Parts: sequence; structure tokens; C-alpha cells
Amino acid sequence: MSAETKKVRLTLPENEVMSPGHLACQGCGASMAMRYALKALGRKTILSVPACCWAVIDGPFPYSAVGVPLQQSAFEAAAATASGITNALKSLGKDDITTLAWAGDGGTFDIGLQALSGAVERNENMIYVVYDNEAYMNTGIQRSSSTPHGAWTTTTPVKHYRKGQKKNIMEIIVAHHIPYCATANIAYPEDFIKKLQKAKSIKGAKFIHLFAPCPTGWKHGPDKTVKIARLATETNTFPIYEVENGVYKINKKIKNVKPVAEYLRAQGRFRHLPEDELEYIQSMVNKSYKRLEKLEAAFGESA
Amino acid sequence: MKRVLTGNYAAAYGATAAKVNVVAAYPITPQTTIVEILSEIVANGELNAEFIKVESEHSALAACIGAQSAGARTYTATSSQGLALMHELIHWTARARLPIVMTNVNRALGPGWSIWADATDSVSQRDTGWMQVYCENNQEVYDTTLMAYKISEHADILLPTLVNLDAFFLSHTSQVVDMIDQDRVDAFLPTYAPEYKLDIDNPRSFGSLTSPDHYYEFSYKMHKAHEAAKQIIPEVHAQFAKEFGREYGMTESYRCDDAEYLLVTYGTIAGTTMDAVDRMRDKGIKAGALKIRYFRPFPSEEVRSILKNAIKVGVIDRMISFGHEGAFFTETKAAMYGETVPLYGFIAGLGGRDVSIKDIESMVDKMQAEDPSNLIWIGVKE
Repeated sequence: MSAETKKVRLTLPENEVMSPGHLACQGCGASMAMRYALKALGRKTILSVPACCWAVIDGPFPYSAVGVPLQQSAFEAAAATASGITNALKSLGKDDITTLAWAGDGGTFDIGLQALSGAVERNENMIYVVYDNEAYMNTGIQRSSSTPHGAWTTTTPVKHYRKGQKKNIMEIIVAHHIPYCATANIAYPEDFIKKLQKAKSIKGAKFIHLFAPCPTGWKHGPDKTVKIARLATETNTFPIYEVENGVYKINKKIKNVKPVAEYLRAQGRFRHLPEDELEYIQSMVNKSYKRLEKLEAAFGESA
Repeated sequence: MKRVLTGNYAAAYGATAAKVNVVAAYPITPQTTIVEILSEIVANGELNAEFIKVESEHSALAACIGAQSAGARTYTATSSQGLALMHELIHWTARARLPIVMTNVNRALGPGWSIWADATDSVSQRDTGWMQVYCENNQEVYDTTLMAYKISEHADILLPTLVNLDAFFLSHTSQVVDMIDQDRVDAFLPTYAPEYKLDIDNPRSFGSLTSPDHYYEFSYKMHKAHEAAKQIIPEVHAQFAKEFGREYGMTESYRCDDAEYLLVTYGTIAGTTMDAVDRMRDKGIKAGALKIRYFRPFPSEEVRSILKNAIKVGVIDRMISFGHEGAFFTETKAAMYGETVPLYGFIAGLGGRDVSIKDIESMVDKMQAEDPSNLIWIGVKE
């Protein structure tokens, strides 16, 4: 230790709402996500959580790790349940509480899509966060419509791995003309927190698509969660952007974009992929990112 | 104030009088006019509530669950396919011990598409933990809706109630309904103030992962609440009668005291049955009618005490539990276990087929036959 004390600037809010005694796997991206989300939104938050990993992570009755009221809901019902909560709060004159729907990719991209579409179309005053770990992880790693091309899951075994691109949930929600949509990544908590705080300040429906790796399902070490999450953005596989009132903005423009293979090869779930598949995935990532750049050019601030 | 109202409007005005905070509903024939009139009532400020125009019945009940958990009094209404779509959350509501009141317009299930009266929809929700009431007329729909909130919200009950009325026979038929002045309703039904709710000052998780160490007791307590309801429902009925002069029971007896041939039924068929009883009495047949209002909790002791002195009992069901018999017949027989009165099940009026006074009279004829079968279909075109 040198005589000169090194000053470290804290970039995250110090408050801790969530307690450490939860049931997540080691290195769970979704548990980090909730900790950040509650740092951002504080104790005046009510959670609506459908069947998903977080239905378990919170802890068994009578325990709870979140430190805020949490309403469990049926698998497809997170957004509808949250609609009820936010309307009850409005009816009872409680206008300083944030309703936060918090669902996995299965409960959002698949079984909960109808209720989500309904809620955002009605522009319900809530924040909806999908923590995307790209498969049904709570039931033990089955493919969802968010599982990316090439991935192994228990229902897409290596001889029959997932073919086809994951669903573009952002574009689906953007098409509902809500005030705020954004992507975020647990590897960039400052950006995620800033987006939640912005969402909190906006009335109406807000949607955040959060990238949250699952070491158990992706077959990587629990110490690699943040690294792999960051690689997803550094390779443009999961770009960080927002759409505010229809205006597109890429929040993180990667200067030295890394090859997708670096991201894929860090995970066991892609281990079986031959070289030509890596090239195909690279071409898909390039195409998707180019599309996003075009959207920003056409519908960005400077457009 | 007396007004001429359809059954659907009676339900909607009942919920309005209950001053619900949140309505979430999705239209389905023949419930639609409930959604329409409530939209009007909320839009014109007659009811200070949020109306969530959801995209499905499943979301309607999910939204009510969220709202009720957050401390609001809620209301929804549906029918048939809509009730079936809600099924998952019908279980959820009761297990969450949320005193939600829902109107169900009894309608047949498809295919083939049928929009007409049939109790299969609600009877299929029998084991969910909801209380279920069946109404015979529009006044009863209005009164029962109001009482349902008071009963459901009772601290010793905390269970939801399904208020049933027959498609078209009530939903679209106008009758005179005596509506209660708001200040008198407010005195009868105070503002909803739940002991447990989503509260940022006292954060709890509702519906968490529950091990066999607790789940069993949760179920036991739900059953105990149903048993408590059997005591509390008559108390609320008595209070209602005292305040507003209209008497209700978990069952309603009509000329049962000395009856030899007793017909048990529910919904609008009950009214027809009572008329048939009068006709049969005129002909010298000692007939009587027992209307079952509460299907859950089922008033077994009451049913037994009324039926045990009859010579023969018939139970008329506007539904069939395929492979067995009508559900009310099953329950009535179970209530009569140990008694020697022979019981017969009649299936009638499925999918809205008219059930006439003559049909009812024919049931007593059939019971009087020497060796009637246990399950008799009325008016089947072979």
C-alpha cells in the first residue's frame, strides 16, 4: 500500500435493497441483474415475477431476498399482473411506487408475449425487464425462441442444435409505439441503472431487454459471467441501444469489434459448432448490426 | 330505486354499488353487455375505478389478482370459453386467498359453438377453491354480487366468489331490480381494507416456492375457510335481510315441508320448477322444490335436512359430467348418504334447450314409475 491513498469513484449506487441470501446458482447473471435493478429503483418498487428462475431465486416461503413486495404470477401473466398492480396503485392514489415486471425470456418471448403485447399496447405505467438467458433455465435448459442459432440445449441436442435466429423482441415491442425501449447488459451495470432511472421518470410502458448469462445453461465457469456478457456486446452479438419515442440510439459503439467466435468459443453450449457455422453466425451478427445502424441513421437523433 | 335491468346490467350495477377500484374484463357473448355498461359507468365517473381493457380473459383475472394483491377491490366477468381460459388463474386466485368477485354468465362450451345456457363452464371450476352461487333472477344477481364482496372479504373466509347467471334467460332478460341507495350500501359494505397486501413499508413475497412442509396446511386452511363460510354466509344473509328486506339462504325451499316429491335444481330452472310445483299441487301431487344457491361451499347438512323426509327426490342438472351424471346430483346424493330416500338424476336444458313446466312435471311422472333408472335425460331426440 503506497502512502498516497488511491481514490476510487463508485459508479454504482451504494444502497443495497436485495439481500445476499438468495437461491441463485453461482455466477448467475439474473441475480446480479436484480441487485442492480433495485439499486436503481429503490424500495418504492413492487415486483411482478412469473414462473422463471427468479420465482425460485427469491427464496422459499416464508423467506424473501428482494426487500420489496413481490407478487408471484403464472408463467404467462407477468405483464397482466403488473397491469393490475399499477392500476390498483393509481386507483388508490399511490403515485410514487414503481411497478416492475421481471420475467425471463421464456415468459416474455414465448408464453407471456400476448399479455406483454396487451400491456404495452395499453401503455400501462410499468417497467418490464426481461432478463434474457436464452433458454428455459428454471426447468433445466430447454430452448426458447430466444435461444440463438447454434446453441445446445436439452431440447436441441448437439446432433440437432438450434437452427434459426433468436426472436427480435426489441423490434416487436418497439412496434407497440411505447415511450421507452432499451437493451442492457449485466456487464454494463452503470448503463443498466441509468436506463432504469430514466424509465422510472417516464410515464407509461417501458421495456428493457437485459442480457444475463447463465453459467449452468451456457456451460461456462461461474467466474466468466461478466466476461462473456461483455463479449456479447464487444462482438456486436448483443448491441446496447435504446429507442425513446421512436428515436434510435446505439449507446455503446464498439471501436474494435471482436470476432463472434471469441464469444462463442468461451461457452460450452456452442462447442460442437463447425467452423462454417461460426462464419454463418458472424455474417448474421454483421447483418443484424448493420440493420441497427441503418435504423439509427434513419430514425436517430440526427435523422 | 327500482329500475328495469337485464341480468348483466344487474351484475354491473352490483359491482358499481360495491365501489370496486379496478375492473379488468374481456368481452364474450353473452357477458358482453356487462363490459359495455361498466365502460360507460367508469367513463362517465359514476364509478371511480380503473378499467383495464385486457387482451384476454386470462389477463383479466391476472390483472385482478395483481390489483387485489395491491389493495384494490376488483371485479371481472366472463362466460364459458373465457372462464375455461382463466382456469389456471381461477386456482391461483383462491390459493392466493384473494376475495375477488367474478360474474359468470353460464354458457355452453364448444364445439359446436353454442352461446346458450349450460352450467358446464362453472361446474368445471368446482375444485378451485372459489365459492360459487347460482342466481334465479336479476334481483338476486344484484343482491348476490353485493353480498359476495362482504362474504369473500370476511377475515375468516378470504376466498373469491363466482356469481353465476344463465345465458340469455337472465343475462339478456329485463326484470325489475330494486337498487339500494349508495349510502346504505356503503354502510353494509365498507371500504376494502385487507390485512395483507403488497406494501412497500412491509414488503412480503406472495406465492413463493412452497415445500410440502407448508402447502398441505395452506390447503387445509382453505378448506377450513369454506367451512367457516357455511356459518358466515347465513349471517350476512340475515344482515342483508334486516337492512334491505330481501331474504336469501344457501338454499331456498319452496313448498318443501310436506312434499313427497322433491325436485332439486339451480339457476333459472328453479323458477320454472316452482311453477311446476304449483301446478302439480293443484293436481293433488305433493311436490316441492329446493333451489341450491351455493354450490361451493355445498350446504350438505341443510340439503339433507330438507330432503330426508321426502318419498322421492329428483335432481335437475343443466350440465353432465360425462361418464357419470350431473354434478349437483352427485353432491345431493353425497349429502344424503345414509338416508333411504331414493334419488334420481335428470339431465335437461343442455346448450340452452328450453326446459318447460311440462318437462318438470314429466320428471315427477318418471319418478313415480315403478322402476325408474337413476339417470334420466329429458327430451332427447333419439
